[in-house]
Amino acid sequence: MSSSIKKMAEKVTLLSFWPSMFCVFALEEKGLSYEYREDLPNKTPLLTEMNSIHKKIPILIHNGKPICESLIIVEYIDDVWSDRAQLLPSDPYEKAQARFWADFVDKKVYGAGGKITWHRYKHEAAEGKKELIENLKVLEGVLGDKSYFGGETFGYLDIALLGFYMWFPAYETFGSFSIEAECPKLIAWGRRCSQRESVSKCLAEPNKMVDVVVRFRRMFGLK
Amino acid sequence: MSKDELFLLDFGLSPFCIRVRIALAEKGLQYKGQEEDLFGGKSELLQKSNPIYEKVPVLLHNGKPILESTNIVYYIDETFASPPLLPACSYGRSRARFWADFIDKKVFDGGAAIWRSKGDELELAKNEFIDILKKLEGALGDKDYLGGEKFGFLDIVLIGSSSWFPTYERIGGFKIEDECPKIGAWIKRCKGRESVAKTLPEPHKVCELVGMLRKMHGIE
Repeated sequence: MSSSIKKMAEKVTLLSFWPSMFCVFALEEKGLSYEYREDLPNKTPLLTEMNSIHKKIPILIHNGKPICESLIIVEYIDDVWSDRAQLLPSDPYEKAQARFWADFVDKKVYGAGGKITWHRYKHEAAEGKKELIENLKVLEGVLGDKSYFGGETFGYLDIALLGFYMWFPAYETFGSFSIEAECPKLIAWGRRCSQRESVSKCLAEPNKMVDVVVRFRRMFGLK
Repeated sequence: MSKDELFLLDFGLSPFCIRVRIALAEKGLQYKGQEEDLFGGKSELLQKSNPIYEKVPVLLHNGKPILESTNIVYYIDETFASPPLLPACSYGRSRARFWADFIDKKVFDGGAAIWRSKGDELELAKNEFIDILKKLEGALGDKDYLGGEKFGFLDIVLIGSSSWFPTYERIGGFKIEDECPKIGAWIKRCKGRESVAKTLPEPHKVCELVGMLRKMHGIE
C-alpha cells in the first residue's frame, strides 16, 4: 500500500467548537477525510482525557494520539501530509517569518479582539479597538501587495489570521467601527481567502459570530 | 563575507537567550554576539532588527533577523542539520512543540510571580510554580531527557530557566529536588553536558539581578 493511501486510511478526528476554524481550514486544504466532533460548551470526558494539561479545544486525534493547540495541529497536519498543498514555506528563514507572524496574530489580534468582545466597561472595548487597528495595520504591511501572506499560495500564516477574520463582524459590532475603512487590503485578502473552496465551506455567516458573542456575554454576565 | 555569519543580540542572564546559546553550542556553530543593555538603552541594531517587540534574543544569520527564542532554536535546527535537536517523527515533533509552548507560557511568568510577591501571594505563586514543574515532571516520566534518551530541543527550551530556579527557591522557601525530584535529577544530568555547563550563568548573578528588580518594584 503506498504511503499516501495508507495515510488516507488512518483515522483523523477533530474535537472542536465551530468558531475555532484553524484546523478545519488546514484539513480541508489538504483534502483530508476526518470526523468532526463539536465539544463545547460542555467539555466531554474525551476532551479532558486527550488534553489533560489545558483541557481546551481544538484537539486533533490521529490514530488515537492527541495533538493540541491550533497552530501546532496545523503544523502537524502539514508535516504528516507533506505530499500535498504545502502550508509552511520550505525555506527555514521564510518558515521562521511565518511562525513569528502567526505568533504575533495569536498574541496581538486575539488579545485585542478579546478586549472588544468580552469588555465589561466601554473603555476596555475602546482600548481593544485601538490595539486591534494598530496590529491589523502592521499585518497589512506584512501582506503588502501579495495575494496571500505566503505569497502566491495560501498557507500557514493565512490560516493563522483567517481564524480571526471570521470574528471581524463581532469586533466591528462590539467596537463600533469598520475594519474595511481602516484596513482595506486586509479585508480584500479575507474576501480572496473566502473564495477558496476549503474556506467557503467552513466560514460561518457574519451574523452567527455576532450571535455567539451575544450568547456568551449573557452567560458571563456582561451587558 | 564568510558563508554563514551568525550574530546574536543577547542578554547573558535571560533564559530565552540561554536557550539559543545552548542550541548554537550543541550544533558546534561559531558566532559573534553583543550584550544588550536592557535597562540602559537598547541598541539601534536591536531596534531595527526587532521593531515589533525590541526584545532579545535576536539571531542575525547573514544579516537577516530571526526572532523569538523558540523560533530561533527551530531555525537553527532546520538550517544546520547535525546533530538533530527535534524528534524525527511528526508526532514527536508536535509533542515537543506542545511542551515548548507550555514552558514558554508558564515557567518564566510563574517564576516572576514568585519574585514579585510576598506573604499570601508568594505562597500561592510558589504552589502554582511547583504545580507547573510537576506537570513537566509528568512529561519527563522515567526518561533521562525531555526529548527521550537524548538531550534535545525540549531540554534546551527548559534548561535555560533552571539558572533562575535557585532564586525562586530562596524567595519561595522550597527546594525543587524535594518537590519534584525527577526534575532536580534532570537538571543535574543536563548540567553534565558541556554546552549547558559552559552556557548557564552563575546562579548568584541571577540572584543579584532579581534583587535589583525586587527593589525596583518596591518589594524589598
